[in-house]
Amino acid sequence: MKQKTWLRRVSAKTAGPDGMNRRTFLRRSGFAVGSGALAGMLPLNLMQKAWAADKSNIPMDGVKTVYRRTVCTHCSVGCGVIAEVQNGVWTGQEPDFESPLNLGSHCPKGASVRHYGMGDRRLKYPLKLVDGQWKRIGWEQAIDEIGDRLLKIRRESGPDALFFCGSSKASNEHSYLQRKFAAFWGSNNCDHQARICHSTTVAGVANTWGYGAMTNSYNDMHNCKGMLFVGSNAAEAHPVAMQHILRGKENGAKMIVVDPRFTRTAAHADVYVRLRPGTDVAFIWGLLWHIFNNGWEDKKYIDQRVWGIDDIRKEVMKWSPGAVEDVTGVPESKMLEVAKIMAENRPGTIVWCMGGTQHHIGNNMTRAYCVFQLALGNIGVSGGGANIFRGHDNVQGATDVGPNCHTLPGYYGLSDGAWQHWARVWDVDYEWLKSRFDMERKYDAGGGKMAYTMNIPGIPVSRWIDGVLEDPQNMSQKGNFRAVFFQGHACNSQTRGPEMKKALEKLEMVVINDPFPTHMSVMSERKNNTYLLPACTQFETTGSVTASNRSIQWREKVMEPLFESIPDHVVLYRLASKLGFADKLFKNIKVSNGEPQIEDILREINRGTWTIGYTGQSPERLQLHAKYRGTFNTTTLKAEGGPCDGDYYGLPWPAWGTPELKHPGTPILYDTSKSVAEGGLCFRARFGTEHNGENLLAEGSYSKGSEIKDGYPEFTYGMLERLGWAGELSDKEMAVIRRVAGISESASGKESSDGKLDKVNWKTDLSGGIQRVAIKHGCAPFGNAKARCVVWTFPDPVPIHREPLYTPRFDLVAKYPTYEDRKAFWRLPTRYQSIQKQDHSQKYPLAFISGRLTEHQGGGAATRSNPWLAKLQPEMFVEINPADANNAGVRHWHYVWLEGAEGGRIKVRAMVTERVGRGVVWTPFHFGGWFQGKDLIDRYPEGSAPFVRGEACNTATTYGYDSVTQMQETKATLCRIQPV
Amino acid sequence: MARMKFLCDVERCIECNACVTACNNENDVPWGMNRRHVVTIKDGERGEKSVSVACMHCTDAPCAAVCPVDCFYTTDDGIVLHDKDLCIGCGYCFYACPFGAPQYPQQEAFGVRGKMDKCTFCAGGPLPDNSEAEYRKYGRNRIAEGKLPLCAEMCATKSLLGGDGNVVSEIYRKRVFNRGGRPLTWSWQTAYSFKEKNK
Repeated sequence: MKQKTWLRRVSAKTAGPDGMNRRTFLRRSGFAVGSGALAGMLPLNLMQKAWAADKSNIPMDGVKTVYRRTVCTHCSVGCGVIAEVQNGVWTGQEPDFESPLNLGSHCPKGASVRHYGMGDRRLKYPLKLVDGQWKRIGWEQAIDEIGDRLLKIRRESGPDALFFCGSSKASNEHSYLQRKFAAFWGSNNCDHQARICHSTTVAGVANTWGYGAMTNSYNDMHNCKGMLFVGSNAAEAHPVAMQHILRGKENGAKMIVVDPRFTRTAAHADVYVRLRPGTDVAFIWGLLWHIFNNGWEDKKYIDQRVWGIDDIRKEVMKWSPGAVEDVTGVPESKMLEVAKIMAENRPGTIVWCMGGTQHHIGNNMTRAYCVFQLALGNIGVSGGGANIFRGHDNVQGATDVGPNCHTLPGYYGLSDGAWQHWARVWDVDYEWLKSRFDMERKYDAGGGKMAYTMNIPGIPVSRWIDGVLEDPQNMSQKGNFRAVFFQGHACNSQTRGPEMKKALEKLEMVVINDPFPTHMSVMSERKNNTYLLPACTQFETTGSVTASNRSIQWREKVMEPLFESIPDHVVLYRLASKLGFADKLFKNIKVSNGEPQIEDILREINRGTWTIGYTGQSPERLQLHAKYRGTFNTTTLKAEGGPCDGDYYGLPWPAWGTPELKHPGTPILYDTSKSVAEGGLCFRARFGTEHNGENLLAEGSYSKGSEIKDGYPEFTYGMLERLGWAGELSDKEMAVIRRVAGISESASGKESSDGKLDKVNWKTDLSGGIQRVAIKHGCAPFGNAKARCVVWTFPDPVPIHREPLYTPRFDLVAKYPTYEDRKAFWRLPTRYQSIQKQDHSQKYPLAFISGRLTEHQGGGAATRSNPWLAKLQPEMFVEINPADANNAGVRHWHYVWLEGAEGGRIKVRAMVTERVGRGVVWTPFHFGGWFQGKDLIDRYPEGSAPFVRGEACNTATTYGYDSVTQMQETKATLCRIQPV
Repeated sequence: MARMKFLCDVERCIECNACVTACNNENDVPWGMNRRHVVTIKDGERGEKSVSVACMHCTDAPCAAVCPVDCFYTTDDGIVLHDKDLCIGCGYCFYACPFGAPQYPQQEAFGVRGKMDKCTFCAGGPLPDNSEAEYRKYGRNRIAEGKLPLCAEMCATKSLLGGDGNVVSEIYRKRVFNRGGRPLTWSWQTAYSFKEKNK
């Protein structure tokens, strides 16, 4: 069905000059006449006016049409979009058959993106709340007032008094700039949607085998023999991915869906397993129980590439079929069936999404999934992998290089070394950077370890409300937040709505910079000092975006900014200018007419992000890939011929070395069947070379063509010396390495370096020379180690099951208790046991989970403002099992009150359905604009209220945060339902 | 001459509504109306299946047979279209259509029933091809531009196929062959009593 001929088809116009020659009229009665004549004679009557009304951006015949290639801004599949533009107006949208990721397909959101160009509900100009009324102001006034207040707050309370929220909807360049902006402002209090999306995945997976990203690709699922979906509803969350999944299934793969809900994905599965929310670890260990007891694990693979499986085995043996059924609700026969299918159908993949991540033990769950795949030898092979479907269109990219409160771009962390690395890339004085931070005193970084805030992870977006409300005495920073700046994040995706309202009302200033007025603009009763700044969509700017499979795609600008909206990088430029650090922020980024150049920002990312190989993807290479995307194979993603011959589509990271090295990208992580130069890899040596005397490096396993036929640590200059390869570094590379080592140019010889030279490594070498030489010898710059099943630095080194904080099975708490409360964790006290110790299940008997609809995205401000989508999903509802509905006296599609276990209440329609099992209710999370029974339409700026509004499900969700990443626990809480 | 057909491969339909939205995009169908619908049976239960339905562009179209003002006509491509200037909005075609394809605007001076609107196979109407008048009244005329209906072209899983009936059946035939012994469509499952899969 793949057609690559859309351009030709466009020109194949067959109509004659009168446009009527292709029509044949049914002439059954004498009344039929040629209606072309009629159209001219009859006036339009009222009915037709009604039909024809409200049509805008109409395509005009005979007007020149230009085609712009861009990428959908909704989810992480990365679907290509072709926009037809006439006179700067987006008049048509064509399927991008050439894109190897979507082959022309779209989900409803992707099929609707043209509406962004109409934008009747967009924010049109900067607005300010004055005594409860939105008042139009100019950009200059907005930046002046916001800047003045920020400077005042900074003077009085220090830089940590601002929470700056960036966005996974921002391009790589925008999100990178958001992180850099926060750094230059002097705080780590910046974050984005990844925190509440896949933070537990990133932490769990990266700590298992090196990188916290999807290992394979959607396309590679054509090659699967088994597919296990746990907490992923691809049919509704990633509909276009289903094209690849169903192709895999049609090729013979067995498809298993594990979910508390019989999802639309489950409707296509061979096997469906219903499990109790929050019991994934028990479920996975239950599968491994069968696998270990039957000897189905891949022993050779484990010996060579996996460390710590024996500790896992010990834990797994506690999960006999009876224990598993008690905790998860899944009977032994079903467990055995699933284990057997996955054991007999290799390579198999595992897919997980928010159903597996949004738990206070999310990091345990993600690691359990990894261990399962390692036991079966499924990682690093085509058709296998951990296919972690990310959410927003650029949540992968924003995680990689964007505003994360716990790390600098490229997962460098927040150590002094990390800051020094980025100071070199940014070409600013490290001491100056330090001076931007709160250096008055050190704070508790956790467990009594004292540090400056520069080195302590900031307050994450899941906890920003606590940053406002917590007693400052308990916080690891100077004081509470006094202002928040949200550049592209809906607040209805975060839990504890009533407390959020309180926090918003306490803040001195709230700035919301978004294309549409979000739930945050209306949910509180603020009267003043609130700003709404109109942002551009990514269709009104250009830049790169990273799909879930790590492919980086280039977006062309479709249209000029609508109304008075401004793209994020320009907003940040103006704000930085006002705050006085624009010259440093944009030191090596060209600014013309007040707009920083996007390509230059990407080049800076290329110069600094060595850890994950964001270095080879220059704007020029990405633009070439966009142009020739039709030359890439739609299963392997490899270009066959053409100017990109041998490259993988979008240079999936890591694309090692400099762009000049022309690394093709890595389509499948840790795949030893290819050489590193051709996109192969081994597991990363990230955790040292040994632990408790045991070797952590790979044994007898290495990527194809490696000159070191065994495990090896990560590359440093010193290692190159010892291997005798250092001489292969060019003079130019050597000069850079010496500069990185801090050796003055006048000094000569290695002797004078005090070992400083030896320590320059593949991550800090700005020349890319160390990576180049390693790869030349067939080695991975990051070393070759075993994946680890035991993460000794985490609260639970071996992943274990712990009951949700709000559990319907209070009887299991004694056996599977949560953690002790923590005093200083991401700057805040964090409660666990003090919540779980009370039995909430008597008053709130129903497990409450949430998820996605195909028609909406995220907080829904954009999609609910799009009539083509809004009319398909106009109302908020809760799915409830017929038995629970009858028990509660609830009737189908009547209104009900859903009350969360902390008292937040939402008024929603009841969808009585067997899709959810007994004792579980489900709501979508895209609605907003209502608060505890009240439609807030009056609080929207005139003409900007979304077409459809509804309760935000998170008004009723509760406390609970992951023990490593502060992920919120939204996929296992409690509620009760009553008729209205 | 090609005879245009839709076919929805129910093994692939995931009820995502991309087809409906693509139609809305291309034809800017007003609020309250959709020319295409995704129908789901056994929603939320084992055996859940969805199928995308719009006008099937019948060879002997019942809508045309019953229309009192004879506003329907069939193009050389086998696409059934109608003339809104002739349509009296009586709704008789709605009685006749086996698929519920005819739609009527909701917000109308004449109550619930206005001029009938339905899927045009993205072939516009009787007004000049790609004229503004045609777009306003019938939506975009992709057929005249040498393109196929956007709903099928954008289908998320390539479940909905639209185009020359011979090509559509060729694609579907290959799929059926590729799937081997797996149950395919409703009709196969029911007609040949495939054992209900263990789900």
